[in-house]
Amino acid sequence: MTTSVPEAGAKSRRVRRADALGNTGLYLAVSVAAVFFLVPFYLIVRNALSTDAEITGENWKFFPTHLRWGNISELFDDTTVDFARSLWNSMVVAVLMTAGILLICSLAGYGLARIPYQHASKVFYAVLATLMVPTAVTFVPSFVLVSSLGWVDSYRGLVIPGLFSGFTCFLFRQYFLGFPKELEEAARVDGLGYWGAYWRVVVPNSLNFFAAMATITFINGWNSFLWPLVIGQDPSSWTVQVALSSYMTNQTVNYHLIFMATAVSILPLLLVFLFLQRWLVQGIAQTGIKG
Amino acid sequence: MSTTTTRGIARSAPAGPAKARPRQGLGANRTLNFWLFTGPFLIGLVIFVFVPIVWSVWLSFYDARFTVTPSHFVGLDNYRHMLSNSDFTGSLVTFTVFAAFIVPTTWALALGLALLVHRLRLLRAFFRSVFFLPTACSYVAAALIWKMSLFNGVRFGLANTVVGWFGVDNIAWVSNPSPPWYWLVVVTVRLWLQSGFYMILFLAALQNIPGELYEAAAIDGARRGWQTFRYITLPQLRATSTAVILLLLIAAYQAFDEFYNLITTRATWGQTPLMVLYKTALGASQDYGSGSAGAVILTLLICVVTLFQGRIMGFGRGEEST
Repeated sequence: MTTSVPEAGAKSRRVRRADALGNTGLYLAVSVAAVFFLVPFYLIVRNALSTDAEITGENWKFFPTHLRWGNISELFDDTTVDFARSLWNSMVVAVLMTAGILLICSLAGYGLARIPYQHASKVFYAVLATLMVPTAVTFVPSFVLVSSLGWVDSYRGLVIPGLFSGFTCFLFRQYFLGFPKELEEAARVDGLGYWGAYWRVVVPNSLNFFAAMATITFINGWNSFLWPLVIGQDPSSWTVQVALSSYMTNQTVNYHLIFMATAVSILPLLLVFLFLQRWLVQGIAQTGIKG
Repeated sequence: MSTTTTRGIARSAPAGPAKARPRQGLGANRTLNFWLFTGPFLIGLVIFVFVPIVWSVWLSFYDARFTVTPSHFVGLDNYRHMLSNSDFTGSLVTFTVFAAFIVPTTWALALGLALLVHRLRLLRAFFRSVFFLPTACSYVAAALIWKMSLFNGVRFGLANTVVGWFGVDNIAWVSNPSPPWYWLVVVTVRLWLQSGFYMILFLAALQNIPGELYEAAAIDGARRGWQTFRYITLPQLRATSTAVILLLLIAAYQAFDEFYNLITTRATWGQTPLMVLYKTALGASQDYGSGSAGAVILTLLICVVTLFQGRIMGFGRGEEST
């Protein structure tokens, strides 16, 4: 870095000026990009708190003059779509899916990563093979199975078929492969079996990764659309995404209600997201896809 | 409570009668534990993944309209029907065009954002959050914002307001296939939703590039900017780029949510493969046979594409370089 002494002063000043220029350009570019990324959020807030007259007015109104918080109660009083019910359904589905996937897939991932069983690699390849078949493509046969079990319009039908995620199992396996072996071995020497070592040592020392996977799973569960659309034939079993979608095909369009519904559907997730972002970023970085 | 039972098993192994036995005892213990850990997952995987796939392949050879236990074997008729169905072949064209737009743009935008954020010293976490935030939104919510406000075809849509300032007439963004403005809508929606996620992957990869490489390049006279990017950064990101492109391609293949909500399944254009399957199997005709045949065709296609891309881009080579 240090070049010949006599020139150093002049050069560093020039470099510094170039750096300052580059920095300004950098922050300008990143700010412009940020504005574009934030526009949709601005539209939600603006429309959710406006009247329809303000939204559809002649000139673009940057922000409503009076914030219409009453739109919230109007949304929940609206009888055409039972939005409160759909929120509850989504909450139940997302929570059950998160708990179930974390429990089932983490156990399997640990077994595949750490228990030396002679056919383990064959089992692992069978799991890997399922990654080649995207779950979304198999929704037709899955629906056939679930409907013959009589699970249409039920939480069982919404949750259980999605619990056996080969991808999540794969991610847990990759994570456990990198878990320090010494910790578990010490636990097993102390007389804890695989099961005891797993719950007493491995899980408590992996909470960051579990938090990351929980956040991702919860977001996916809350946001999934195709499967709930297929299973939720009756409006009482609609999730929030199916309810939102139904607003777009309704005969009457109430812009302020539609956007208030969107805002309400996104808000819990944004809070979860902002609160758990650190773990989420770590988790994504850790999940084996590295440069 | 289960802890105590396994602890009992673990203890029984060393307590065997002869000293030569423990190895076998330990092996049985391992086998039991392996199935204890993986059993629940594998049973579910068989029932909810393998059985539907096999059932689907079986259905695809039968005349299965309004029934899932058909008896009329029709051979390859369902496959012939799907492959000669212009909706289905059209959906493959839609996917190809969509992938040709979305994969390179998302890759470039995610990488660009990562490079920018990586260089920030001040407010780095803030900007990273801004770009990452849309990941929390659903495709349905985003499609709603795009359709009802941003790209609403009437005069009070934001895009039409902006083009109106330049004296351009209102554009029917998603209700009219000619000119095909709907591509702009479906591509930007997905770009907004998923770029932040891939940016995080690239950021993690950028942080893993050893600083000595840049120092060595500087000593060798490489100029900052394009030269170091082209000869250091990009090659170092090869494995991540390969993974990102594959993930983007698979995601594009399964596009449904935003197309369904922006364009609706009633249209004759802009239909993705999954939308056609949805209409075939769960629409008025309830043709599970043809729907299953379509699912089999799509699955085979995605396997071929995945293997082909893995070969071309070289997953193995990419991992060696890390």
